[in-house]
Amino acid sequence: MIDLLNVGLVVLIVGLAVWIIFARETFSAVVAFIAYGLLLTLVWAQLNGIDVALTEAAIGGGLTGALLVGAASRLRLTENSAQAEQSGAALKWLAAGVSGAVTSALAVCVLALPDPAPSLAQEVAANIDRTGVGNPITAVLLAFRAMDTLLEAIVLLFALIGVWSLTPDRFWAGRPGIKQSADPNGILAYVARVLAPLGIVVGVYIFWVGADYPGGKFQGATILAAMWLLVMMAGLADAPAISRRTLRMALVLGPVVFIAIGFLGVASAGAFLAYPGEYAKPLILVIEFALMPSLTLILGLLLLSAPQRAAEP
Amino acid sequence: MAGATLFGLCAAVLIGLGVFGLITHPQPLRKILAFNVIGSGVFLLFGAIAYRGAAAGMSADPVPQALLITGIVVAFSATALAVALLLRLHDETGSASLSAEATNKEPSGGHDA
Repeated sequence: MIDLLNVGLVVLIVGLAVWIIFARETFSAVVAFIAYGLLLTLVWAQLNGIDVALTEAAIGGGLTGALLVGAASRLRLTENSAQAEQSGAALKWLAAGVSGAVTSALAVCVLALPDPAPSLAQEVAANIDRTGVGNPITAVLLAFRAMDTLLEAIVLLFALIGVWSLTPDRFWAGRPGIKQSADPNGILAYVARVLAPLGIVVGVYIFWVGADYPGGKFQGATILAAMWLLVMMAGLADAPAISRRTLRMALVLGPVVFIAIGFLGVASAGAFLAYPGEYAKPLILVIEFALMPSLTLILGLLLLSAPQRAAEP
Repeated sequence: MAGATLFGLCAAVLIGLGVFGLITHPQPLRKILAFNVIGSGVFLLFGAIAYRGAAAGMSADPVPQALLITGIVVAFSATALAVALLLRLHDETGSASLSAEATNKEPSGGHDA
């Protein structure tokens, strides 16, 4: 029964992937990509990765989908000339050969995976009590592999700096995104007023339960960023000018606190990012609280892309 | 562990499809989409391996799962940067093509002052 469900899921996902790659119109490929992301979420639930499922739904399907829809609609006028461009038959055959080789090599590896599978679950189970955190994934993200999470936050920040540095000179220090002129009494503004408070509660809840249950700062921050974007799209708030000092300070707050606590570990526990004994849980909470606003702003601003208008007075 | 094998094979197919799209599509946005399909395939393969690592009362190995969350977020930031590059190319040249003739032929967007 369950297996039938899995087979159905796989068939749908592969079908959608075929559609994403072979669809004629870019826009329909993007729409298929969003559906594909949501179906992958179900696969993650089947693979017992509820935290990954939440991330995939929020970021893989949601934010990436919104980003690509925005890009596809801005590039729509170039669609005809782009469709005229086609790769030659030789290149297609070569690509088919390469992709077939990659797929078969991976399939052989999947079938030859060792049994019993190697696992770090025992190590995590043996050491999780020392972190004071109940959710093993949060323990890995913020204690055992905290370095990865720190570098990830910095990668996000660098990506935003990269996106901002693509701003045309005349709009530098301007506001990202286009000025929204939605009807203040329209349905979009109404939805933004009703949904945003609820969404903020859900986002903060998912962030808060992340210590002991599936959830966490990335998923929570994505929901908060989505609510922020909704409010901006409804014209109820405007994007901040990227030259604002408070905005820039909020962006670096999370990584800076994370690095400071890392160096605190050198002094108190003898290693970068080591937490001294009984203070593990409070320190993890401080890092999460500092990262949350930075991540929310970075994710939202990445979606808005580079400024396209000057900052009005 | 039949589920893990099934999804692992699915991941192999997704990666293959993505590689094909990445090579054959001339449009950059389609390349970005194909790149994301490859990425999700890699994540799925990793997830299937995490699922096989269930032990010690945990339903899956939490270490690869945590790295997956990191990976998904980093993939998003890379996609955002790629899209921003593409949109800037479009603003500058008026076309969204990577071929040299198309960009030289129609520099209609004008340059910054």
